[in-house]
Amino acid sequence: MPHDTILETRGLTKEFKGFVAVNDVNLSVRRGSIHALIGPNGAGKTTCFNLLTHFLKPTRGQIFFDGAEITGTPPARIARRGLVRSFQISAVFPHLTALHNVRIALQRKRGHSFDFWRSEGVLAEFDGRARELLADVGLASFADTPAGELAYGRKRALEIATTLALEPTMLLLDEPMAGMTHADVERIAALIKRVAADRTVLMVEHNLSVVAELSDAITVLARGSVLAEGDYATVSRHPAVVEAYLGAGHA
Amino acid sequence: MATPTPVAMTAAAGARRFALGFVVLAGVLALVPFAGIYPVFVMKALCFALFACAFNLLLGYGGLLSFGHAMFLGTAGYVCAHAAKAWGWPPEAAIAVGTLSAMLLGAAVGVIAIRRQGIYFAMITLAIAQMFYFFYLQTPFTHGEDGIQAVPRGRLFGLVDLTSTTAMYYTVLVIFLAGFAAIYRIVHSPFGAALNAIRENEPRAISLGYDADRYKLMAFVLSATFAGLAGATKAIVFELASLTDVHWTMSGEVVLMVLVGGMGTIFGPVVGAFVIVGIESYLSAGLTLGSVVIGPEWVTVITGVIFVACVLAFRRGIVGEWLAWRQRRRPGTPPDT
Ligand SMILES: Nc1ncnc2c1ncn2[C@@H]1O[C@H](COP(=O)(O)OP(=O)(O)O)[C@@H](O)[C@H]1O
Ligand SMILES: [Mg+2]
Repeated sequence: MPHDTILETRGLTKEFKGFVAVNDVNLSVRRGSIHALIGPNGAGKTTCFNLLTHFLKPTRGQIFFDGAEITGTPPARIARRGLVRSFQISAVFPHLTALHNVRIALQRKRGHSFDFWRSEGVLAEFDGRARELLADVGLASFADTPAGELAYGRKRALEIATTLALEPTMLLLDEPMAGMTHADVERIAALIKRVAADRTVLMVEHNLSVVAELSDAITVLARGSVLAEGDYATVSRHPAVVEAYLGAGHA
Repeated sequence: MATPTPVAMTAAAGARRFALGFVVLAGVLALVPFAGIYPVFVMKALCFALFACAFNLLLGYGGLLSFGHAMFLGTAGYVCAHAAKAWGWPPEAAIAVGTLSAMLLGAAVGVIAIRRQGIYFAMITLAIAQMFYFFYLQTPFTHGEDGIQAVPRGRLFGLVDLTSTTAMYYTVLVIFLAGFAAIYRIVHSPFGAALNAIRENEPRAISLGYDADRYKLMAFVLSATFAGLAGATKAIVFELASLTDVHWTMSGEVVLMVLVGGMGTIFGPVVGAFVIVGIESYLSAGLTLGSVVIGPEWVTVITGVIFVACVLAFRRGIVGEWLAWRQRRRPGTPPDT
């Protein structure tokens, strides 16, 4: 694969009992870009993310990341290689405080934490960095709040902070701004732009003005197949896209 | 939600709270021989308390419901009793080899069971435990229905004669306190923090790069090891290793102790073990209420009723409800050690 391509899929396909959710998708994401994956509900975007991170096993096809094939690599190892996902359904550790949520990710730096004989007090070394990350997503004053008690938009922000704590080479964000207030959307958009300065972002997003503003490239998925690809101007003029996507009432 | 509710407890504050509870518990238990309480009862309760704490490590902190934990208690008991009786090993070595056997068994069973989720995990552990039950019923070294009897207590490190009830009592107390403190440390270690995250949200933990299965396996082996320590100690105390300790009802009883005391709380299993062992000892001779005589055969029924009542009335268990009540009274108090 070309040197400036960080993620590539070849013929990626997922069938659920005969139903083809992802159909022969050839995706190519340029290193350092913000790449948007858009398409109507049920198009197969989340399934794509599940395949890329091996939360689901592809029926067919191959996945390459950062110069190596990762098609059969277990999900935790994919994360450790630097391809880290977030979830469409907000995924936090509900009974841990926001600070401890982020700290769980930072703790990964210790390697495998099988040191059960040590006090958790040693984890305090990560508190400073965890607070910085919380401040980055506007959660500085919620550090000690249990994640389960945060409002929906703040949970999403916490999830992004937790994901960023791993300093991933590439982030997969599944509808990161769904349910956020307008102010939050702007903050997170700015954050994504900032973190993308030295990493790659692949994101699913319904908010088209965010997609237009942020993304360098867009792939449109419909019924599991790639419908169109290119920059925003190209894609938004594509007749099939206008019909299948914009025409379906998504704006 | 407009304002954040601070509930976080620093690791240091939590450790202080535990230390206080630990010292009080140790102090009270150390006075038992002077208080006119039957030490054999307390020794039995302490062995079960350690067993329950080990089980709670897996259920309360790892989120895994094993229904075969008696195999670790019982296997360690048999191996310890055999080492002490047939090989003439001193008690510390017999207890160590019994504990080690439970650890190895835990690793083997864990590898098979850990990939299953929920009810399948409970079923596979139960099935393997039943296999061991029938094995111990048939194999000669366990002496079948009779069990290994007259296990010598011996001299601890060649110095302390354990045939003295007082010496035996303090030995058991030290083993219990050491095991209890070790389990606290495991729960509140970097490993414990990762395990807790995996229990809270496994897919998220995996997506952050944690090999969930390896953490769960580790928790399983640690739990089996401490269950083994409890079983081996029990064999020395009662000079007996029998089928009771590998029977499935024993696996059920430890679930009961943990749920009654409070799953996922540090002190809950200890309270639960004392309550259940207390009820059983109290009822074992039968009970006379005026003209009504309740025979010992009703013990199981009465324990069952208590269990149902507990589950209905205090879903968090005794300690869990107490902690929740304190938190309601003083908002801002941490939920648990
Ligand atoms: N585990 C599954 N089993 C069966 N069908 C699934 C599964 N996951 C997703 N699907 C189906 O695959 C299609 C694509 O779903 P999804 O990837 O979630 O779409 P999107 O994220 O684009 O809205 C949907 O029709 C959905 O019902
Ligand atoms: Mg989706």
